[in-house]
Amino acid sequence: MPALSEPVVAMDEAPDVRPIIRMRGVKKVYRTRGEEFLAVKDVTLDINEGELVTLVGPSGCGKSTVLKILAGLHSHDDGEVEIGGPGMAFDAGRDVGMVFQQPLLLKWRRILENVLLPAEILGLPQNEARDRARELLDMVGLAGFEDKYPYELSGGMQQRAAIARAFVHDPKIVLMDEPFGALDALTRERMNLELLRIWSASKKTILFVTHGIHEAVFLATRVAVLTAGPARMADTFAVDLPYPRELDLQNDPRFGTYTHRIYSRLGL
Amino acid sequence: MATDQQEITSANSGRRNGSGIAEVVGRWLLRWGPAIAGHVVFIAAWWLVVVWAEIPAFIMPTPWATLQTLWDPSYHWPHHIAITAAEVFGGYALAVAVGIGIAMIFCWSRGAERGAMPVLVTLNMIPKVAMAPLFIVWLGYGVFPNMVIAFTISFFPILLTTSRGLKEVEPDLLDLVKALKGSRWQIFCKIQLPGALPYIFSGMKVATVLAVAGAIVGEFMGSSGGLGYLMQSRQGFLDTAGMFMGVILVSIIGVALYGLVLLLERWLVVTDARIE
Repeated sequence: MPALSEPVVAMDEAPDVRPIIRMRGVKKVYRTRGEEFLAVKDVTLDINEGELVTLVGPSGCGKSTVLKILAGLHSHDDGEVEIGGPGMAFDAGRDVGMVFQQPLLLKWRRILENVLLPAEILGLPQNEARDRARELLDMVGLAGFEDKYPYELSGGMQQRAAIARAFVHDPKIVLMDEPFGALDALTRERMNLELLRIWSASKKTILFVTHGIHEAVFLATRVAVLTAGPARMADTFAVDLPYPRELDLQNDPRFGTYTHRIYSRLGL
Repeated sequence: MATDQQEITSANSGRRNGSGIAEVVGRWLLRWGPAIAGHVVFIAAWWLVVVWAEIPAFIMPTPWATLQTLWDPSYHWPHHIAITAAEVFGGYALAVAVGIGIAMIFCWSRGAERGAMPVLVTLNMIPKVAMAPLFIVWLGYGVFPNMVIAFTISFFPILLTTSRGLKEVEPDLLDLVKALKGSRWQIFCKIQLPGALPYIFSGMKVATVLAVAGAIVGEFMGSSGGLGYLMQSRQGFLDTAGMFMGVILVSIIGVALYGLVLLLERWLVVTDARIE
């Protein structure tokens, strides 16, 4: 497992980078009791290793469905989905970490045991996993809270623990489904900064689903815009703003250009 | 739900701090004093009513007269207590094992649940008391048939709450485990069963009262020992004090069972200290 503190590789489009996630014309139809519901119509997206791509769109547009397809929880009806590839071994079980809107910590487990859940399920060596879990809790700012129960932590802290849990088995990609959507505005801003720090320290590929347009631009190396359901790709563009980013960045005129671009793509 | 991130609730601190015997006793009195006082007031009220209203002893004896029956060897209290306790605890243990067991089977097999649950609901509608004479025909007199009655009457709530609890899983949490290619068994052991514990205990608490009632009804119907048998045999002599003592001892058996369940719950279930 790589150390968490290695320096970040430059994310700028290297010409010969092969994407770790490739989606081509992905379509998904939900079928319930004879009724068909087209959730995702046409999604095409490449994500390179080490990128933080945000998937932004209105509520109920099928963003979560895209994540679930990538997580291997749903099949897709048409198009291609490829994760990994030659020289990029990818194990569908081991190499995906997930964070949801709710922290979904197990009430009866202490924080450290909660973070260890994926390692237990995958049957990873215990001692190493424990060390890594402690390291991750330290990274998300929860050092000293290992032996607390979830109810003893605030919502933001619980979500930090959930992020640590998503990283504990050292997955290659981390899928985040509106992870800060249930937090208050101030906590959300703080968590955005934290996430950028965690991302740059861990060098993971992150796909971050959100309906927050500012959040989408603030975090992303690249933004993918989905229109209202059935999900269709409206736009993808690189956010050419330097890291590390601070909240002040939102006053930058270039930031405004990007958010404006999303608004107009969504017809707002 | 979101609060200041740096803040941590101090909810759990009450259990840890504090030392010194005086402080421990003080805290114990503060917690349990009112409960003890409540019982004392109740017994005093009983006594006052009997004395002031001059109620004859065969209608209602004083607490003291009731207590005196305890040292009368002709009652054979230990013998009868042991029989009733065996019926209550045995029937209850069986109910817990079978109730949780069936709920687990239902959790693993939808088909089994769809087929068997409606039958069990129907069977549960039968007044178990009405079955007691039949049990005696089938199983004869004694401890075992009464244990079976205690079991039949108390197992259903445990089955219902356990079954419900095993279903209460966050779908996203299931997704998280499934994305890791976790097995059905891992989901059951690590998520469903521990998550169902609070539900299981709520059913187990309801069942304690039913188990006691079941055992006593069985003894009324036909038996050669136990507190229910004793009470019935004392009825013929208008020995109200003895009958009162029987009721009290039955209740104490029930309270002991309930207390054990509470202890077990405390040990196994992590509760949010803020709720207490």
